[in-house]
Amino acid sequence: MSAGGDAARPAPTQAAPPRVAPSRLGHALRDALLMALVALALFGPLLGLKTVPLTTGLALESRWHLVAAAVAIVFAGRFLLRYLVWRADRPAGTAARPAASAPRGWFVKALTPALLLTALAWPLLPTTDRYLLDIGILILTYTMLAWGLNVVVGLAGLLDLGYVAFYAVGAYSYALLAQHFGWSFWICLPLAGILTAFAGILLGFPVLRLRGDYLAIVTLAFGEIIRLILINWYEFTGGPNGISGIPRPSFFGLPFTAGEGGFAAAFGLEHSPLHRIVFLYYVVLALALVTLAFTVRLRRLPVGMAWEALREDEIACRSLGINTRNTKLTAFAIGAMFGGFAGSFFATRQGFISPESFVFMESALILAIVVLGGLGSQIGIAIAALVMIGGIELLRNLAWLKAVFGPDFDPSLYRMLLFGLAMVTIMVWKPRGLVSARMPSIQLAQRKAVGAHLVGQGRG
Amino acid sequence: MNDAILTVEHLTMRFGGVVAVSDLSFQARRGAITAIIGPNGAGKTTVFNCITGFYRPTEGMVRLRLRSGETFLLERLPDHEIARIAKVARTFQSVRLFAGMTVLENLMVAQHNALMRASLWTVGGVLGLPGFRAARDAAVERARYWLDKAGLLERADDPAGDLPYGAQRRLEVARAMCAEPQLLCLDEPAAGLNPRESADLTALLDQIRAQHAVSILLIEHDMSVVMEISDAIVVLDYGEKIADGTPAQVRDDPRVIAAYLGVADEEVEAVEHALQAGAAP
Repeated sequence: MSAGGDAARPAPTQAAPPRVAPSRLGHALRDALLMALVALALFGPLLGLKTVPLTTGLALESRWHLVAAAVAIVFAGRFLLRYLVWRADRPAGTAARPAASAPRGWFVKALTPALLLTALAWPLLPTTDRYLLDIGILILTYTMLAWGLNVVVGLAGLLDLGYVAFYAVGAYSYALLAQHFGWSFWICLPLAGILTAFAGILLGFPVLRLRGDYLAIVTLAFGEIIRLILINWYEFTGGPNGISGIPRPSFFGLPFTAGEGGFAAAFGLEHSPLHRIVFLYYVVLALALVTLAFTVRLRRLPVGMAWEALREDEIACRSLGINTRNTKLTAFAIGAMFGGFAGSFFATRQGFISPESFVFMESALILAIVVLGGLGSQIGIAIAALVMIGGIELLRNLAWLKAVFGPDFDPSLYRMLLFGLAMVTIMVWKPRGLVSARMPSIQLAQRKAVGAHLVGQGRG
Repeated sequence: MNDAILTVEHLTMRFGGVVAVSDLSFQARRGAITAIIGPNGAGKTTVFNCITGFYRPTEGMVRLRLRSGETFLLERLPDHEIARIAKVARTFQSVRLFAGMTVLENLMVAQHNALMRASLWTVGGVLGLPGFRAARDAAVERARYWLDKAGLLERADDPAGDLPYGAQRRLEVARAMCAEPQLLCLDEPAAGLNPRESADLTALLDQIRAQHAVSILLIEHDMSVVMEISDAIVVLDYGEKIADGTPAQVRDDPRVIAAYLGVADEEVEAVEHALQAGAAP
């Protein structure tokens, strides 16, 4: 080896640092260009060509400016992401971080009482009108449904995509019982809950041996079967016409009517249609709180611990003498029962039910609330319900977007798009839900949160 | 050998054409540590899975007699019933803890059936009856006792998945003991442990045998552990029993030496010659 060779060797290392930056820029440019080409291939026919019906047939209209805009957006977005966000010299994003979001001080401590107080005082606030009350009722209904589903998905780890079936069974149970026997809401409610719990066991039996994705598919099918039965069993359920004239709830025997014998007259108040809505609000709040208290309690009991153990490792459960069949069935039954309660409430609030209210979209929405809130976390789920249901409602008021995009813009079309974007954002930011840490149900000395990376997500 | 807790007779397990265990018979004495050893693939874990109900044997009988004199035919019971009424607990070759639950919760789950009864199948627990609270306190006390034995008391409120490997092994044994078994089946409890952790585990097993009148069935590759603590050893090779006896007997058995313990090549030939000479007449 000559001296010249030795002297030449350090040269590349000195030259290397300045070369890194242009190569990163080049990579980003090349990648963005590639994506722009893909976008061109996709958007070219989709956006670029439009068929216009003429009196004598069809004509093609080209809109290349739209294609150019779309491709430019893709190019710029991809380039910026590649160049500024996805940098190889940074550790790989949120997934690698053990996201043990331990409760952060006073804020989290104050959150639960604050939410509870707000919920209690909501109808009494001077700003609350009929519309806001209805939104409150809707949010609480979904909170309750999500807490019910959380027993099955979050605690027992059984992925259930057909939860809306139990909502439907509860609603129809109440409607049919109340119509045929004339029983009051408070008698029909527990009966509907029991019937729905049986429906849960009915679903549970065939799926006992299934796990993960297969379980999800069968529960999805179960949800559709129930809906199809409701549509086609015309003599019993009224088919697609649904059931109307479902008795409204009374205030423990006092109907919410004007005049003698009504709620307002009995309490010396002026009659207002708002009374019934306020009453309904408190009914669903009470039902939701019962659901919460019951599930929190169950989690500390052996059955709840067995659910969580089932989620973690089913084989180990069996080796410890836990009857996994019964444990799964109780999870299905209890989760279904709360769905049934919520369904009964839905029926009495609406006064009319039809199979259209119980589509797969509802199941997906409830499951999304549970997943976004964090599997197994009660407070996370409540916040997620507030954000998701409240968010969907807020997005109905998008008229202001017309000021930005012109009068031809139809904001209601973009509601679900924005909703989807929000969900993707939350999942990127918090992959295991808003509250991902698990609080143990019993402790010897000190209660410590269990990091989400350790907690099983349920494969069976 | 009259007081056998477990009697395995003519146990055969076939998976399709593969015979994993063939006509195996042995007994495990009450209060003793019986080890099952053998080279990889000899069918040890299959025997365990047959005993604990995870597999249903193709042929044969597995009889378990409790101290009370009650007798169960394990091949006819489902796995969770074997754990619940026949009092057989087991650990796994690959640790199977409830990783997302705390150490204490793991031990509470192990006492599920007793707690379930005490909570009147959840009804009494929901109503907050005092009977359940007492039972839960007792369960926590039992858990504390076993945590102390396993040296895990300070880690009681940590997630089980955060423990170091050796501690996870000990926790699995403690969890099995919380189920109050009369027969404890340990599948390679010392696998992957360093000598220090291995010694801790041996001490724990010795205590279990000495103080709790629990019979232990053990699969183990670590010969130092096996020879130190076992009272009897069953040697399997290709699904068949090739030797059965005390550690000293098994250690000197030429077939065991040839099949398993490993010897120099020329010695293998010598042993094979000796065997052929012995088998010929």
